[in-house]
Amino acid sequence: MQFALMIYHTPEEFDMRKNDYNHPHLGAWRAYYKALVEAKVYVGANALELPETGTTVRVTGGKRRVQDGPYADTKEQLAGFIILELPSVDAALEWAARCPGASIGAVEVRPLAPEAMRRGFTGE
Amino acid sequence: MPLKQCGEDSRVNELNQEDTHQAIERVARESYGRLVAYLSVRTHDLASAEDALSNALVSALNHWPQDGVPKNPEAWLFTAARHSLIDAIRHQRVILESEPTLKFLTEGSTETILSTHFPDERLKLLFVCAHPAIDPVMHTPLMLQTVLGLDAARIAQAFLIAPKTMGQRLFRAKIKIRSGGIPFEIPQQRDLPDRLDAVLEAIYAAFGLGWDDMAGVDQRGRDLAEEAVWLARVLLQLMPGEAEAQGLLALTLYCQARRPARRDASGRYVPLSEQNAEQWLVPLIEEAERHLAEAFRHGRIGRFQIEAAIQSAHAERVRTGRTDWAAIVLFYEQLVRVSPAVGTRAGYAAAAAEANGPEAGLAVLESIDPDAVSHYQPYWAVRAHLLQKLGKTAEASDAYDRAIGLSEDPAIREFLLQKRGQFS
Repeated sequence: MQFALMIYHTPEEFDMRKNDYNHPHLGAWRAYYKALVEAKVYVGANALELPETGTTVRVTGGKRRVQDGPYADTKEQLAGFIILELPSVDAALEWAARCPGASIGAVEVRPLAPEAMRRGFTGE
Repeated sequence: MPLKQCGEDSRVNELNQEDTHQAIERVARESYGRLVAYLSVRTHDLASAEDALSNALVSALNHWPQDGVPKNPEAWLFTAARHSLIDAIRHQRVILESEPTLKFLTEGSTETILSTHFPDERLKLLFVCAHPAIDPVMHTPLMLQTVLGLDAARIAQAFLIAPKTMGQRLFRAKIKIRSGGIPFEIPQQRDLPDRLDAVLEAIYAAFGLGWDDMAGVDQRGRDLAEEAVWLARVLLQLMPGEAEAQGLLALTLYCQARRPARRDASGRYVPLSEQNAEQWLVPLIEEAERHLAEAFRHGRIGRFQIEAAIQSAHAERVRTGRTDWAAIVLFYEQLVRVSPAVGTRAGYAAAAAEANGPEAGLAVLESIDPDAVSHYQPYWAVRAHLLQKLGKTAEASDAYDRAIGLSEDPAIREFLLQKRGQFS
């Protein structure tokens, strides 16, 4: 069963990322990634650019509306995601707790939709 | 008499209210398990007993601030809970089935109840919570809820489970207890050792500490430590002659004694070997020593007494200023024989390294099945530490990464990152 770990950062954490790509905090992320791979649960992951680089698009009544900035107007913003293959939500919560992002911002754990439904979306 | 100003007056009221709230909290803490046990031993219905008791506590919050705290608060709560339970049963319309329950509940006038000393049925309750027919992962949560009155959200946090899920699991376990014919009794002599082990294990799991060493360990459920000490005290009070129950209480007290030294002033993790022994709580250590000595006198050594003995050897540092690692290794050898869990062997490896050098420790680690440790943080932390001591830089760095990646506590992550950084 696959789970998404969605990592939400505080503005402070985004700031830190802006300034220093060698911040010691990144060591924790690298180690976490390594542990995921070694435990053979890692499926994929990616980090997102800063929220202010986002642009939000809506089409209402045939009209395009483009808005500067991220979709959600919240203090904590989506910063990246990790996909894991795990037997249960209990295991997913374990890995979320170990995620360095959980001790600064927050990590949301959500199962991926069942494969049949995903295929419905992609038509594959 | 001078007139009091309004402001002062209301402050006096607040103070009284605070006192009353504290009184209710104290009574709730001391009586909760006793009353739930007493009510449910007859009805086998934990959920209803708990509901009735929480109604009684709400009623206490409404009445006691005005009427004052009653002379026998436990009896007052029992009477209120009994009324609430009778109401609930009458509403269920299954009166025929519940007749014996109703009879028990309506027996005896309030006056006799107020002067009665309740039989303490908590031991039966502990055995019910740790019954083999109940999923072992629910033993501890059930105890925390039914004996101590902790709510599902709080328990869920300690066990890293969604609060709603924990609530559902507790609910299902209680249905099983009610309808599954699980007896509310103290097991017979023949079954007692196994059944008691399950109770001890569940209390130990609430304490949530495998071992704590020089390398840094995540302390799952650490915020339940105090509740675990409380449960261990209750168990010993109910089974005063039980050596392992006393060993478990000693063990929890030794570990509690070191609590203030586990973090430095700026919140950084301090490993046991670097802790300032002057910060340890000597009264707790002394209490632990008394219990351990008494447990040993029964001449029935067991896992928890040996674990307590290991902690006792660490505690010696308060008096002698040094740690007798050779003695600790001997205790671990005994412990591995009775309880060969991965955590025990990782602790053994760390002790062996201190006594006989890092190679000796690594040899112990090598004997552990790699599959058993792929997710086990303490193993990697010890391994990293020992490889580092042997100057195997690259291997140590890898092991540190595994330990850091498996850490949950930012303070421990920081500590390990710093140790790893020394040579990267």
